[in-house]
Amino acid sequence: MLAGMTSPRATDPEPGPAVTVRGLQKSFKHVSVLRGVDLDVARGSVFALLGSNGAGKTTMVRILATLLKADGGTARVNGFDVATQAAEVRESISLTGQFAAVDEILSGRENLVLVARLRHLGKPGAIADALLRRFSLTEAAGRRVATYSGGMRRRLDIAMSLIGEPPVVFLDEPTTGLDPQARVEVWQAVRELARGGTTVLLTTQYLEEAEQLADRIAILHQGRIIVDGTLAELKQLLPPAKVEYVEKQPTLEEVFFAVVGSDGK
Amino acid sequence: MGTHLFADTAVLTGRTLRHVTRSLDTIITTAITPIAIMLMFVYVFGGAIDTGAVSYVNYMLPGILLITIASGIAYTAVRLFFDMQGGIFERFQSMPIARAGVLWAHVLTSLVANLISLVLVTLVALLMGFRTGAGVLAWLAVAGLLILVTLALTWLAIIPGLTAKSVDGAGAFSYPLIFLPFVSSAFVPTASMPGPVRAFADHQPVTSIVNAIRNLFTQQPVGNDIWIALAWCVGLLLVAYVLAGFAYRRKIS
Repeated sequence: MLAGMTSPRATDPEPGPAVTVRGLQKSFKHVSVLRGVDLDVARGSVFALLGSNGAGKTTMVRILATLLKADGGTARVNGFDVATQAAEVRESISLTGQFAAVDEILSGRENLVLVARLRHLGKPGAIADALLRRFSLTEAAGRRVATYSGGMRRRLDIAMSLIGEPPVVFLDEPTTGLDPQARVEVWQAVRELARGGTTVLLTTQYLEEAEQLADRIAILHQGRIIVDGTLAELKQLLPPAKVEYVEKQPTLEEVFFAVVGSDGK
Repeated sequence: MGTHLFADTAVLTGRTLRHVTRSLDTIITTAITPIAIMLMFVYVFGGAIDTGAVSYVNYMLPGILLITIASGIAYTAVRLFFDMQGGIFERFQSMPIARAGVLWAHVLTSLVANLISLVLVTLVALLMGFRTGAGVLAWLAVAGLLILVTLALTWLAIIPGLTAKSVDGAGAFSYPLIFLPFVSSAFVPTASMPGPVRAFADHQPVTSIVNAIRNLFTQQPVGNDIWIALAWCVGLLLVAYVLAGFAYRRKIS
């Protein structure tokens, strides 16, 4: 090693995109779920993978998070191959699955301390307290997670994913099953993440969510990416907008927030 | 990644132990079934069973201890099953931790929880008149044998914990294990059983384990029983460990 060079950490960003997927294939028994997926996620961007139930979004995320092996094709995360460099990939990522991956019997603070210890970080207590503040969970810190609301759980879940500051975060349907208020809370948490420079790949079946959060959107349909672009590019795929006069009815969501008197903050 | 195995296992064991201490009912429930059986046999049936010079509570305690372990490991399977059901298992698998630590944490927790239940049951037996002149070495031998049985049955419990489709399925495998001591030398001398039943009872693992512990407690020579018991335990431990490893690798790959 040359004098004056510091040795790089295993998770130091490699050049190139945060996530690169080429020709990814996966079948379960006779059902082929992914039929050759190509994808690039730029560093520091929020990328939304949009698709209906059963489109293969979760399969995709599970392969990228080293939980599942692909049948064909390649996938690299933070420059590391998910099949041959799984340990390095795990150092680079964190995953928040569809079901809040929190320990119900422990308190919120204990959950955060647990993950900090497993990531072999110093001062796990201080890390936990800082995240509790950041995600407005300080008051509930000592309570068992079983008593948390859905939104609080998902916030805690995302907070746990940030420990150790992994450069790439996967959020698999982060707002499925949440009420509108909790959804807004989670959106704020995701924006918070993006501000810090973390690459976020999120899957969702809500078009609005992709619109709200993502720099780039890909639509996964029947195991293939059929559209991939920015929101503006996607909108150009539609026929040009024409001006119509329609009476605007409030959406039920707007009614909900008007009645509850909160914007979710 | 192997470098963190001990540290990661310790952290994860701390977590599962909190699950146990925060639901003490699981330890109580584990101890209650064997205590109830012990009360039944000592105060109801025991008077009709001829165990020679040995008092009945002294005679049957080894079998009761095995029933305690058999009902305790059902919770081991259930705790693992709930980890698999929730997202926490996948979170651990996607983290840079020693993957074997996830299972070892459950195994060590099972060992601790079962030892607490065993102490509880032994204390109740002492209240009911259990006495032994066993010395420190004999007690250590009994403890070692019980730990070996717990380890073997715990690794057995890991298999349904990983593969069960429902929580009932995860716990159900322990019923035959709880029943096995009844067809052994645990409660009645096997000499009183009809031929085929006696042949089964004499050659199944519980009889040799019970006889070895009983002889250690009553300061009799342990003879071949201790070696047969050890062979059964080590054999079961190895088979269960290998199968659990298969099931685990299937789950995580």
